[in-house]
Amino acid sequence: MLKKFSLEPSRIALNLAVLLIIVLWTFPTAGLLISSLRDKNDIAASGWWTALASADVNKKSRLKGMADQVEKDGKFTISGNLFEGADAVSGKVSAFGTKVQAPGANAAGTTALLDNGETLHVNTDGSYILTSPTALTEDSAGRVFFIASQPPRFTTDNYQTVLFSEGIGRSFINSLTVTIPATIIPILIAAFAAYALAWMKLPFRGLIIAIIVGLLVVPLQMSLIPLLKLYNAAGTFMGVPSKTYLGVWLAHTGFGLPFAIYLLRSYIAGLPKDLIESAQIDGANDFKIFRRVVLPLCFPALASFAIFQFLWVWNDLLVAIVFLGSGPDQLVLTGKLNALLGSRGGNWEILTASAFVTIIVPLTVFFSLQRYFVRGLLAGSVKGG
Amino acid sequence: MANIKLTNIHKSYGSHQIIKDVSLDIKSGEFIVFVGPSGCGKSTLLRSISGLDQVTSGTLEIDNAVVNDVPPSKRGIAMVFQSYALYPHMSVFENIGFALENQGLPRAEIKKKVEAVGEMLQLTSYLSRLPKALSGGQRQRVAIGRAIVRGAKVFLFDEPLSNLDAALRVQMRMEIAKLKRDLPNTTMVYVTHDQVEAMTMADRIVVLQAGRVMQVGTPMELYENPNSVFVAGFIGSPKMNFITGAPAEKLKAKTIGVRPEHFEFSKTATNISGTLDYTEVLGSDSFLYVSTPTGMLTVREPGRTNYKTGQKLNLKPIAEHVHRFGPDDNRLK
Amino acid sequence: MIAQILYAFFTVILGVGGCFGYFYGSNWLLDKTFPANANNDASAVRNLRIQANIRPWLFLGPAMLLLSVYLIFPVVQTFWLSFHDRAGDKFVGMANYTWAFYDEQFRLSIFNNILWLAVVPALCTLMGLIIAVLTDRLWWGNLAKSLIFMPLAISFVGASVIWKFVYDYRGEGQQQIGILNAIVTYFGGDPQVWIALPFWNNFFLMAILVWIQTGFATVILAAALRGIPEDTLEAATIDGAGPFKIFFRIMVPQIYGTILVVWTTITVLVLKIFDIVLTMTNSQWNTSVLANLMFDWMFRGGGDFGRGAAIAIVIMVAVLPIMIWNIRQANAEQKGN
Repeated sequence: MLKKFSLEPSRIALNLAVLLIIVLWTFPTAGLLISSLRDKNDIAASGWWTALASADVNKKSRLKGMADQVEKDGKFTISGNLFEGADAVSGKVSAFGTKVQAPGANAAGTTALLDNGETLHVNTDGSYILTSPTALTEDSAGRVFFIASQPPRFTTDNYQTVLFSEGIGRSFINSLTVTIPATIIPILIAAFAAYALAWMKLPFRGLIIAIIVGLLVVPLQMSLIPLLKLYNAAGTFMGVPSKTYLGVWLAHTGFGLPFAIYLLRSYIAGLPKDLIESAQIDGANDFKIFRRVVLPLCFPALASFAIFQFLWVWNDLLVAIVFLGSGPDQLVLTGKLNALLGSRGGNWEILTASAFVTIIVPLTVFFSLQRYFVRGLLAGSVKGG
Repeated sequence: MANIKLTNIHKSYGSHQIIKDVSLDIKSGEFIVFVGPSGCGKSTLLRSISGLDQVTSGTLEIDNAVVNDVPPSKRGIAMVFQSYALYPHMSVFENIGFALENQGLPRAEIKKKVEAVGEMLQLTSYLSRLPKALSGGQRQRVAIGRAIVRGAKVFLFDEPLSNLDAALRVQMRMEIAKLKRDLPNTTMVYVTHDQVEAMTMADRIVVLQAGRVMQVGTPMELYENPNSVFVAGFIGSPKMNFITGAPAEKLKAKTIGVRPEHFEFSKTATNISGTLDYTEVLGSDSFLYVSTPTGMLTVREPGRTNYKTGQKLNLKPIAEHVHRFGPDDNRLK
Repeated sequence: MIAQILYAFFTVILGVGGCFGYFYGSNWLLDKTFPANANNDASAVRNLRIQANIRPWLFLGPAMLLLSVYLIFPVVQTFWLSFHDRAGDKFVGMANYTWAFYDEQFRLSIFNNILWLAVVPALCTLMGLIIAVLTDRLWWGNLAKSLIFMPLAISFVGASVIWKFVYDYRGEGQQQIGILNAIVTYFGGDPQVWIALPFWNNFFLMAILVWIQTGFATVILAAALRGIPEDTLEAATIDGAGPFKIFFRIMVPQIYGTILVVWTTITVLVLKIFDIVLTMTNSQWNTSVLANLMFDWMFRGGGDFGRGAAIAIVIMVAVLPIMIWNIRQANAEQKGN
């Protein structure tokens, strides 16, 4: 343990190397997150990596006029703050000027000499004093152009837009409607099948297991056409729409089953034989053994498969676009995002916020249940997508 | 009250024969121990009685009813597994009550019975704990409690002490013996590979080897009159010495067997003499390992020994304790 | 919105409830039809045996039905379709396969697939191995691994948005908001439309998959590394081996099997790669791969199921041997433990 904290040069190099890799790996996602929180004009104007630093922006402000002038010692002064009339709320003034071509003519904190013997003093906080030898006769003493360095600005506007007017919120609910049953149903079905294949006496057991393992190889894409035809035929035959939530649940269940049974069977078969036999002697039938003994004990395996299936279904695009309609009541998040990529390809504020909404759920699931996820991955390193 | 009767039981997996023509009559209320080296078929025989394994041929009767095709839960048996097979996610109470729950008994009755058993086994204060919070001995008591609570007529024990350390094993041996006293009407079948357990607990011992019954009898019968070289060698610790060649021929046997405690030392030369190789002093006894022309012999002397390593010793078996075996390794009359 | 949530909620309850209902209902029915609980008489024993014969099929039934409909039937059907014309009516023999053999687009897709196969599994495994070894000796190694691993939880579409943003292009002279072009222009280079660069655009797509899958390789390999007995490493140190020698001669040979499993698992994934190409380029600029070509023939431009099916069979035939080998390897590994 001690050696993990030592300060040898090689250790420092090691830490730096890993740090570099981490930065490389998280940079793209960080860009997405930061951009989604920026103003849409800012996204288009500057790279997201500049968002955390203060930015120099050119601003203009209209000075107050005769209504506010104060006479003192024969001079007329107006005081105020440049930010009051400007479109910027706050910031730090670094320079100012009275011509649009030269907003940086005078440094902040100095006094500039204007026409007609007027002077203008501007401080970095934006407060100014205009001094004039004669009384002002206009509503405004003129315009001031200045350079303000603005602190980072973040907004949740983009999220409000995508959630409530771009249909992402609706798709979010659709995704949940697809994902929750498509996770629970295969777990149940696979767990029962896995128990039967692990502990029950039945003919052709070996053959059934071999076939199920063999089905791990079928590429998902090849199932789509035959199933689509089947769905259409079944839909016409029964007089119901062919694109339903039930259809997509069953599809995800069917595609997930080989891996689920493979994973759960090896776990359930590894439970102590004595326990199952003891329950048999205690007079429990297989349904009861499954419910009272096996199910509670294989929780870790169930959890790892559940996470797997959840992420897989949530992130799926293909099955959803084939088996579900594209109307607002059925379009899932990935499908919606894909559509936005086509229609709003240049609107990064929409895309980044939408993308972050789609990945927030899997990321939460992933970080909170990582332990089970890794375990499932280790057991299932043969799944291959 | 239930007797168990096995008639010509065979059991094979594919072409591999595990149990070969075993017939046994276990009396009601008897404590019988199956003993033998690993792979001798003793556990398979027990599992056949329990119904967890099906016999290939022969008849199996419990309480005078043929039970060949009766599933385990309907045989009126209870089993204590080697690992105890406690359900790790259920409390002690639930573990003990699980069988009753499966019988569909009302909740109140389950509670009454489980608590009675808990009291009997001094588990009352542990009923709400999970098995992992119990000591090894307590776990065994829970396993036994599960058997008791069902009121089974037959208890089957599958090497229940083999996972315990030596001190606990002695203690649990006594507890099982006490259980036997408390339930005089329950037939108990106990499997072990440890002949000490068999000797100390059994009413009768069944010695098995390679799927066959070698001998059935009370512990002392087996100790005093083993009917084969195998049984003679298996029962008793340290092992019986087997001597072939001239000393055996003199007694008209192929092999003679002499237990370590049945040697005398002679001042004059005998036909079994050798040099003392090594001595183990245990305090109560000393074991002398004597190298002779017929092989290494173990001799037991009470207390400490005065013989030195390398010393020449003349051994003389006590005549009435010599076991004679013929060419087929069976006892000679 | 509320109505939508309620509708979703009830649909979910209905779907999940139906599944629970089946298992409870069917088993309840079995227990009621052949009662065995009451007593120990002959009928109870007989009923128990009947139950034991029926119950496995109640457990297995739904799984077998779903597997048949969703996997076995499509495989058979696709095989059949691949020998038929565009509508699936007329038998055309090997025509679809010979078409594929001479088709320009098919050849391009195969070429691209091979390119992916050559680059992605190797790069992922190598990166995974390096990261696993490096992080293994850090106190914050687990956190580092989590962060590398994180992209695995992101959908391909989400990843595409992320990377489109990385590869974003603005005309020369404009402020680049894509980080890659920003870096290039910072060093004085010209901004590029990365995903449209002939040939090289493939590699920019591959980078996405490497980004996603390296975490997988890292986690599996890290677990394998941890499984190496510490004393073999200590023995090697005592024998005077340096860190590189220990890595190549002691560590790698001991986790060789796992390395192969990782490699082949990613290989299978690459053979089926689809989403990244669809969302990044939609097969434009010569980035098509087999799965996308199949998808295009099946669902776009009028569709030709026969040709699509033939491509599907080609993918499956390519995947099959690797998968078989992979499962064997994994099983052997399991037995070895």
